[in-house]
Amino acid sequence: MSGIGVHHYVAVSVIVFVLGLYCVLTRRNAIGILMGVELILNSANLNYLAFARYSSGGYDGQVFAIFVIMLAAAEAAIGLAIVLGIYQTFQTIDVEAAETLRG
Amino acid sequence: MSEVSLGPAVFWLLAAVTVVSAAAVAFSGNIVYSAFALMGTLMGVAGLYVCLAADFVAVVQVLLYVGGILVLTLFAVMLTHRIADVRVSNRSVGRWPAVFIAGAVGAVMLRAALRTAWRVQPAGAPEPTTYGIGNAFLREYLLPFELASVVLLAALVGAVVLSRKELKE
Repeated sequence: MSGIGVHHYVAVSVIVFVLGLYCVLTRRNAIGILMGVELILNSANLNYLAFARYSSGGYDGQVFAIFVIMLAAAEAAIGLAIVLGIYQTFQTIDVEAAETLRG
Repeated sequence: MSEVSLGPAVFWLLAAVTVVSAAAVAFSGNIVYSAFALMGTLMGVAGLYVCLAADFVAVVQVLLYVGGILVLTLFAVMLTHRIADVRVSNRSVGRWPAVFIAGAVGAVMLRAALRTAWRVQPAGAPEPTTYGIGNAFLREYLLPFELASVVLLAALVGAVVLSRKELKE
């Protein structure tokens, strides 16, 4: 049992998820936050493919991973458009500066 | 059997590349370095997909993430980054609360991941996956597939609307 198994991939995925979570929590730069979200989505995808390979067989996990990548593309396009809008309005992308909506 | 000894080495190399560049994304103070480190993470993850016999997903990852999302991110960094503004990458939650939260979540998840007896079946030989994925998309997953194209169209129109110049008057 010295080969690479599902546990190894899940462990790598957990590490990437934790780093993404740290990135989202500590950044004030909106683009940095979006990068953390990309890390988290990648860790989820790694889980999908690891279990598709080692547990279920079949193509369901790979199809889900492709859907996640597709939605990540949409998220990045919209998120970066919003960031550029914030930059044009506030002249910064510090998320704490964009508090006009605060009640 | 060179493959038996080569497989784990490739996995550990790709895992190291992925984790180290993910750490660089998370800890780098310069957002440009973060963006370039993100490329290492995405390529490492694509390599891990190849190790998992998911060739099509790996190609999609390289094309969409590295070719699309990452270029878009770099574009936004270059459009908004001000070199002199060091406050841009300041801390909002604070380093230690964030380390605590991330560490606690990671410890729980790692324990769950390593302690659980996953249902494991022996992995077959790697084979091309495009045929099966195409079948899955046009049979069981036809409705989500079409919905995804609607979502992408909405995102496209939304991005145009958000980023165009408002015409005053």
